[in-house]
Amino acid sequence: MIAIIDYRLGNLWSVKYALDRLGVDSGLTSDPARIAAADGVILPGVGAFGRAMEMFRRLDLIGPTREAALSTRPFMGICLGLQLLFSESQEHGRHDGLDILPGRVVRFGAGLTVPHMGWNQVRQQGPSPLFEGIQDESFFYFAHSYYVQPADREVVIGTTEYGGQYASLVQKGRVFAVQFHPEKSGPTGLKMLANFCKLCV
Amino acid sequence: MLAKRIIPCLDVKDARVVKGTSFANLRDAGDPVACGRQYSGAGADELVFLDITATLEARRTIRELAARVGREVFIPYTIGGGIASLADMAALLQAGAEKVSINTAAVRNSHLIREAAEAFGNQAVVVAVDAKQTGGGWEVYVNAGTTATGIDALEWVRRAERLGAGEILLTSIDADGHRAGYDCRLNAAVADAVSIPVIASGGAGGPEDILRVLTEGKADAALAASIFHYGQYTITEVKQYLRERGVHVRMHEEG
Repeated sequence: MIAIIDYRLGNLWSVKYALDRLGVDSGLTSDPARIAAADGVILPGVGAFGRAMEMFRRLDLIGPTREAALSTRPFMGICLGLQLLFSESQEHGRHDGLDILPGRVVRFGAGLTVPHMGWNQVRQQGPSPLFEGIQDESFFYFAHSYYVQPADREVVIGTTEYGGQYASLVQKGRVFAVQFHPEKSGPTGLKMLANFCKLCV
Repeated sequence: MLAKRIIPCLDVKDARVVKGTSFANLRDAGDPVACGRQYSGAGADELVFLDITATLEARRTIRELAARVGREVFIPYTIGGGIASLADMAALLQAGAEKVSINTAAVRNSHLIREAAEAFGNQAVVVAVDAKQTGGGWEVYVNAGTTATGIDALEWVRRAERLGAGEILLTSIDADGHRAGYDCRLNAAVADAVSIPVIASGGAGGPEDILRVLTEGKADAALAASIFHYGQYTITEVKQYLRERGVHVRMHEEG
């Protein structure tokens, strides 16, 4: 079973619908025991960073999520779920993140259309099981105003061009995280989710 | 590089697609889920479902529709039409819609934009603007384009952006339905006024109109209905045309 962490904000169902389509057993949950027992964990997310962390505190999810990400089980952050893994964000003030990966979350620079919204390409900068069967420079769907600056450049496995190349796929051990929405990126996105699910056995 | 988007718009009444679609292989051309799946497979970058029924009963059916589409369609979709409250928006987003678009309700109570952006994030909030040329500028109309507001369209989009709108869906009332091209002047003026994405709507008659609005009109995306529904052009044909003329578009994979 793959646990999709439910922190009661926004559209979390799209990921569940995509896994259903792939025939993968999954469930939305905020129960620490179910997160701890899952074969893999997905942290989805849309919306504001500060509000999401507030919900994590209120639901006592910080500990269980950190444990899942630091365990040997596969873990995948999506969009805000990628950003939450980092140390801090500058979205509307300064907010602490889950601090699983060192680095910060910053806003796109002036002069760009923000949010960065629509289909953009991911340049494969290193090997990843998530890229299996997916061509370099494939398109994925993005919708975000902030992006991550990892302190450790080694974790950057995929980049995207928007006012410069930024990290759109990071990976460290069994922790994977993407800035785009694979669940909304058509067959290519479903393929990437299937690649992740294959690791969860 | 970020691609320009092509977005088919489906008008929905009582959870059925109206303005028939012409997919020969569809058994039920009125089924929004089947139409959505078809367009997704044909290379649409996003979908917009516009609910043109505005009864209370319709609110429930559009929520069910949002969930049914979510289970079957794996590209982003926006739901608009008659959305009046945060609760309406929350229900649609939780059901699986990526974005909701608000129009009349936002003009009546602009704080709805701020509240929605704070609750769901800017990227989920599309402000739809229906504008009509008046003298040297453009005026905002509400109630499906029937009621003049006296509000200047450029002032309104700037205000909507400040309040937290993530995108503008801009319809030219003058151009809509004539298939003689988008209002490129209006689109360019709005695109210059804000730094959020602008979706152009109203007037598409062929690929050359879409090319013009994505270049001269400075739009980030083009929305069209009848040219796709009646099978005049496929999305692939439009994208091929754009690509040959140097516009960056996503050529889709089969599947």
